[in-house]
Amino acid sequence: MKYLDEYRDGALARRIAAEIASISTRPWVLMEICGGQTHTIMRYGIDELLARNVELVHGPGCPVCVTPLETIDKAVALALRPGVILVSYGDMLRVPGSQLDLFRAKAQGADVRIAYSPTEAIKIAHANPDRQVVFLAIGFETTAPANAMAAWDAKRQGLTNFSMLVSHVLVPPAIRSLLSSPHNRIQGFIAPGHVCTIVGYEEYEEISREFRMPMVVGGFEPVDLLEAILMLVRQLEASKACVENQYVRAVSRAGNRVAQRVVNEVFEVADQKWRGIGGIPASGLRFRSEYAAFDANLIFDLAPIATEEPAECISAQVLQGLRKPTDCSAFTTRCTPETPLGAPMVSAEGACAAYYHYRRHNLVALEESK
Amino acid sequence: MCLAIPGKVLEINELQGLRAGKVQFAAITRAVRLDLVPEAVVGDYVLVHVGFAISCIDEQEARRTYEILREMGVWEGELPPAEEPPPEHSAP
Repeated sequence: MKYLDEYRDGALARRIAAEIASISTRPWVLMEICGGQTHTIMRYGIDELLARNVELVHGPGCPVCVTPLETIDKAVALALRPGVILVSYGDMLRVPGSQLDLFRAKAQGADVRIAYSPTEAIKIAHANPDRQVVFLAIGFETTAPANAMAAWDAKRQGLTNFSMLVSHVLVPPAIRSLLSSPHNRIQGFIAPGHVCTIVGYEEYEEISREFRMPMVVGGFEPVDLLEAILMLVRQLEASKACVENQYVRAVSRAGNRVAQRVVNEVFEVADQKWRGIGGIPASGLRFRSEYAAFDANLIFDLAPIATEEPAECISAQVLQGLRKPTDCSAFTTRCTPETPLGAPMVSAEGACAAYYHYRRHNLVALEESK
Repeated sequence: MCLAIPGKVLEINELQGLRAGKVQFAAITRAVRLDLVPEAVVGDYVLVHVGFAISCIDEQEARRTYEILREMGVWEGELPPAEEPPPEHSAP
């Protein structure tokens, strides 16, 4: 397929890896923020290919993983109310809540439906005028314009039985939080390419200056990621710290202004809790007052819920790049994608799921490489 | 969640303030909202995320990336001919 196959060329990937090896004078610690990139790295064995030169630390860029437990509990409670149809992206259904996940709520009779796009939730609302349709709107900056468009469509179409339970997170405040931690080991970042298609990378330039941190906006195919890593290693070896864009074919410095306008019309920046990490100031989005009629929190008068994570799950440290999934005592035994303790084992972007799918048969080798 | 798949715009319709169209991904074609990429025209490649095109793929830049990669020494002359099964469209 055009724009995919070219970036999956194995010979080319090995050539770039050899270049990285030849210029590295010491091992560098790099973080890829985005869980989609984590999965590419694991799936194609990029971390193993570069094991001597680069340690890849996996970041918190998995929206399903960082959606707060309270939000899951609220979604489950809403789904169980009579007359409600809860519409969600598929990944969310198995994410453990305090008591139930949405999948089990569905098994108990709740009307939970999976949508690929928020526009499907709007269609469901039109088709069910006597029911309340709630869309669980999660995501990073990449998804915010699509979710905002759903609210915009609903307002324009005068829908009165549609609302959204919004849990949106923003990447730059999370990067600042990671870099401000006394435990930080990260020396360079692969910035999330699809987030940057929307927001551009001017804010990343501020962070790079403030923390003297090399950053490269990277794509999602193996050749993209290897090139981004090569660009980071070149900066590090030359003691440079700036923002470069590897993913030029899709990302501009200013981002998608139309998408930014739509997001700004519907949402405003707010404090946000990240599952496993805690509260980060100004790191999320909530409805502007003009869109309050679509805020499920207000319509259903949802009270805050106190929650507690399972003690054995180390996803908090995994999401901050402090520990690897294989460090967890429950990994592949008490925690699997079918019976997850934490969200990173569920999501197609979670680091634990990536290790489970691509590395669980290779644990001896992993153990030896430590 | 942040997966976005490149596809080719086959058709554009503007109806009651909505901009939508058909986009081809390998062997399949899907309805996609194009409101966020007003600059896209038929024949362009766009990146599609949860049913919305979020970015036009810059063909010149895509070619430039190929050129840089080619300069690095290894470009086997041919791209892999195998058409992979369509990527995970169903997952957001």
